Amino acid sequence: MSAVAVDGVWKFYGDYPALRDIRLEAPEGSCLALIGRNGAGKTTLLRTVAGFMRPGRGSIRILGKSPRETETRRSMGFIGHGIAVYDELSAIENLTLYGRLYGLPDPKKSAVEWLERTGLERVRNGLVREFSRGMRQRLAVARAFLHEPRVLLLDEPFTALDDRAIAVLQRLLREALAANKTIVLSTHQLREALELASHVALLARGQVAFHGPCTPEMVSDPGYVYARYGEG
Amino acid sequence: MGFFRQVLVVTSKDLRAELRTKEAINASLAFALVILVLFSFAFDPLEETTRAISGGLLWIVFAFAGALVFNRSFTRELPNDCLDALVAAPVSAPALFLGKSLANYVLVLAMELIALVVFGVFYNVHWTQFFWQLMLVVALGNWGMTVIGTVFSALTVNLRLREVMLPLLIYPMLLPALAAAMQLTGYLVTGTPISSQNIAWLQMLAGFDVIFTAVSLVLIEHVLVG
Repeated sequence: MSAVAVDGVWKFYGDYPALRDIRLEAPEGSCLALIGRNGAGKTTLLRTVAGFMRPGRGSIRILGKSPRETETRRSMGFIGHGIAVYDELSAIENLTLYGRLYGLPDPKKSAVEWLERTGLERVRNGLVREFSRGMRQRLAVARAFLHEPRVLLLDEPFTALDDRAIAVLQRLLREALAANKTIVLSTHQLREALELASHVALLARGQVAFHGPCTPEMVSDPGYVYARYGEG
Repeated sequence: MGFFRQVLVVTSKDLRAELRTKEAINASLAFALVILVLFSFAFDPLEETTRAISGGLLWIVFAFAGALVFNRSFTRELPNDCLDALVAAPVSAPALFLGKSLANYVLVLAMELIALVVFGVFYNVHWTQFFWQLMLVVALGNWGMTVIGTVFSALTVNLRLREVMLPLLIYPMLLPALAAAMQLTGYLVTGTPISSQNIAWLQMLAGFDVIFTAVSLVLIEHVLVG
């Protein structure tokens, strides 16, 4: 069974089709890198897959179920453009809140554990608004991984990360793949993404220009996919 | 996690965030007090007509000051895209809505209770004469305002002119509830208790609350997921 299956999805903004007949699959335990120029539809696709908006046509299944089903949402982790933590709350309060929302058996214990794993235990009681950008990003990573999701949807996760946060995220993503979790990530940082990816999908003007396994040529030359299948 | 536990988690999160910043409650309370004091200069508190319209004045103040709280309800989720994380979490949309509504209810009620005391002082009305009946009217009127305010706050959260759009949308919807609350408050502060003569207003207010709570719970998933 595919962990993520996108079948004939169209998404319209008014009359403009931002996604056109997208068909993609990500097998369980795989890492699918969504690449494409600005405006290609990567964010719209990820947000639609995450269930933040409904497709105009077509269907999306995550672990065989609709993205809006409660069980699916429990199995899904999302990192978008925002860090999705509250500035007025402390790091531990934020993670405990999400732990409660995800119904974890001991939200506080999980929160402490993830603060340690992301190197934020020292500032656990600090308000997020006082955090540096890198610390905020690491907290966002902790928030997304807190409930041990089986499917991770990451929208440009390496953007604006400092080197420490990139290292933390890459380590966590490798651990997730080793634990047979599925990752779908959109990115412009091809080198970081292709090092992790088992599959690649190139989007161009809302359509899939290429979808297939990640090959050694792609890893050695990140511009290869654009040159071969894209707009050069 | 059970439905009511989800509701309480969302409510406590909103109240904790608001108590840290006090953005909505301070603005709402300051607005209510200033308007009440200004109105008291405009109308002679010793005149009978002033007492007759004081219920209406009070609910106009509640409605305008309440809109400041409702505006913040979903806007609070915009920085850092927190709304995405809430929508992605395995929390039912009705639980999210009720949680936010309860937090708004508490904040607006706090503003109303303080404003009521000021109202009693400046308008020479006997607001404590039928205190519990007045509290019932405030509780029901507040819930009606809160339900409509919260659902439209969710609906307008992504609009550029949301601060303008929210009042424009909620006041026409609130007309039946506000009319009933104004009438009942007018009776109570002028010494007329709720009786068979005017209980239809109370029934209308309660009916409004039940209907719009049910409609909001059904529609909120469609409001949050476009």
